[in-house]
Amino acid sequence: MNYGPLLFLGILFTLASSWFGLVLMPNRQLGALVANTSTNDAGAVVVYPQARSGQAQQGAELYRSLGCIYCHSQQVRPEGFGADIARGWGKRRSVSRDYIYEPTVMLGTSRTGPDLTNIGERQSSAEWHLTHLYDPRITSKGSIMPPHPFLFEKRRIGAGGASTNALKLSGAFAVAAGFEVVPRPEARQLVEYLRSLKTSFDLPEAHLPKKESGDDANAKAAK
Amino acid sequence: MSAPAKPLSALMPGDVSDEHAKRALLAEIDASCRVPLLFFFVSALAWLLVGTALALVSSIKLHDPAFLAECPWLTFGRVRPAHLNAVIYGWASQTGIGVTLWLMCRLCRVPFVAPGLATVAALFWNLGLSVGIVGILAGDSTSIEWLELPRYATPILFFSYALIAVWGVITFRLRRERHLYVSQWYLLAALLWFPWLYATAQILLVLEPARGVVQGAVNWWFAHNVLGLWFTPIGLGAIYYFIPKVIGRPIHSYYLSVLGFWSLALFYNWNGLHHLIGGPLPAWMITVSIVASVMMLIPVITVAINHHFTMRGHFGKLKHSPTLRFVVFGAVCYTLTSLQGVANSLRGYSEIVHFTHHTVAHAHLGVYGFFTMVMFGAMYYILPRITGREWPSLGLVSLHFWACAIGLALYVGPLSIGGILQGLAMNDATKPFADVVAGTLPYLKLRTVAGLLLGLGHVAFVANLVWMLCRVFGPYRQPVVDLITGNESPAAVGK
Repeated sequence: MNYGPLLFLGILFTLASSWFGLVLMPNRQLGALVANTSTNDAGAVVVYPQARSGQAQQGAELYRSLGCIYCHSQQVRPEGFGADIARGWGKRRSVSRDYIYEPTVMLGTSRTGPDLTNIGERQSSAEWHLTHLYDPRITSKGSIMPPHPFLFEKRRIGAGGASTNALKLSGAFAVAAGFEVVPRPEARQLVEYLRSLKTSFDLPEAHLPKKESGDDANAKAAK
Repeated sequence: MSAPAKPLSALMPGDVSDEHAKRALLAEIDASCRVPLLFFFVSALAWLLVGTALALVSSIKLHDPAFLAECPWLTFGRVRPAHLNAVIYGWASQTGIGVTLWLMCRLCRVPFVAPGLATVAALFWNLGLSVGIVGILAGDSTSIEWLELPRYATPILFFSYALIAVWGVITFRLRRERHLYVSQWYLLAALLWFPWLYATAQILLVLEPARGVVQGAVNWWFAHNVLGLWFTPIGLGAIYYFIPKVIGRPIHSYYLSVLGFWSLALFYNWNGLHHLIGGPLPAWMITVSIVASVMMLIPVITVAINHHFTMRGHFGKLKHSPTLRFVVFGAVCYTLTSLQGVANSLRGYSEIVHFTHHTVAHAHLGVYGFFTMVMFGAMYYILPRITGREWPSLGLVSLHFWACAIGLALYVGPLSIGGILQGLAMNDATKPFADVVAGTLPYLKLRTVAGLLLGLGHVAFVANLVWMLCRVFGPYRQPVVDLITGNESPAAVGK
């Protein structure tokens, strides 16, 4: 193998093959996916997925900036492959179409913390999320998630009394008397984003599990 | 031995019979490499220390989340990517470039072309990276794994890299040695593959992001290929050079090296999408990557056989040569991490270990056990030659090796097992998630201990180097009999 040009061509050809197969072809196959329009049980037209609202999108930027992806995935594996669905992380597997409006697709490769594909559905309370972000151990004992005190402001309670949006902190997490902890706008944006994460929509390529009919439920109960 | 001056023009390709002339040329090449290589190596080591510190902070945070929690710059999700980028682009890439430049000069028998230009490239590389790492800590990370550097930093890196790749092609064209040694195939390939990967990923992920999960495909095509088509060829090129060089005997089989190189070139670049097993992409893409990952058995086993049979009968030399010790350690880790990688890519196994700390252990076995250790070995060989000064302390060399070797074993072994247990627990829906997390804590704590050992090794190495560079007294001399490698046999393969 002393012939430079042949080596050069071989080097280029080999990488070109996977560039074609794993970059160009996926783009051809998935690059033009569009939202799905369907009619729900109530007869209303549902378009899914949809682009996020402004505040939730600002929250997505914070999710990116704070590197949440290093511990949280956003993908539900299919039924029977892992326990994603059994754990309640989603009602159906995630599919390509779920992500078409994500500016940065944050599938994630680590589950040091739980999957967040449907966290907006699983935990819809903004107050819970705010408290959890301030210090995850308040709401989730044994959590190793970092606290995010910098998304909150610790301040002296003003003359008008405690703020309505101050966190309810008690026990080991309580702040000194006369002080309160209130969320900064960033905390609210991040929570809006988390609450927007939900994928329980029926898609032709990934149906939601059918609601059990009366007979099925009876049969199950009989077992 | 004093090397009589002989005009370089007398050293036409093939004229290797004149031992004095050959040594004079080697001395000239080594001296010409001094400034740019020292720049690359010293800044790489600075980034290694920075990367180690960031790694320790991230590791501690995983079992003690309140540690340094007040400052957003030091939150886990920023320190971890800062660590990755510091060690990947700061340490591993820079030391890899340094070793590549030196090997290219030596194997092509060309003194360093335009050392000033390469030094400028090194300067820009460090500038771009510094801007990028600060950017990540400040919150501008892209959160695209292996491509976290913000978009204002990457063009600087790319410019620097373009200079290096052009340098590589020019040196290759100017080569005075017609015979291409196996290391050159790997190094040339690495130099040409990397800009293609990097440019594609930057464009489709950061500058003009592709739609939806196409990003995932491009992301893992890129990230796996940084390992497979950038670090792996540089590491293997170095192993192919240093093992025969130090033990003074040719590579076992030329044909196995041809098979190993082309099968790696053909299969490795299709591997990336096994990182998305179970993910929201069409099955064919993932299956193609799994097939290619299994096919990696061919280059891995071929190279392992080739290296093993080259070493056979010479394992005793591991005791005396730090270069050989580090390089052979790296070669063994290459085989292990590759076999582990094949296993990880199988659907049934991935179902368990994907998303766990097992992957982190696997990555360290590859980038650290294989690549970093080989680079340490290469630096032990190259630095005395380009500076003309010996390593001052063999004790520090030993400390370096054992701290890193034990640290790595302590890192990879337990965390691999801990990751499997974590995966099994996670796949058992009856087990509360908090219990899964609690189960990983002992392994995460052990990882911090392992990280401290690795850090100790790095400090020992840097101390030795600083000591060496401080020995400014005494004339520049080309080491004839190397205290570290024991010998430099003129009969060695390579030049």
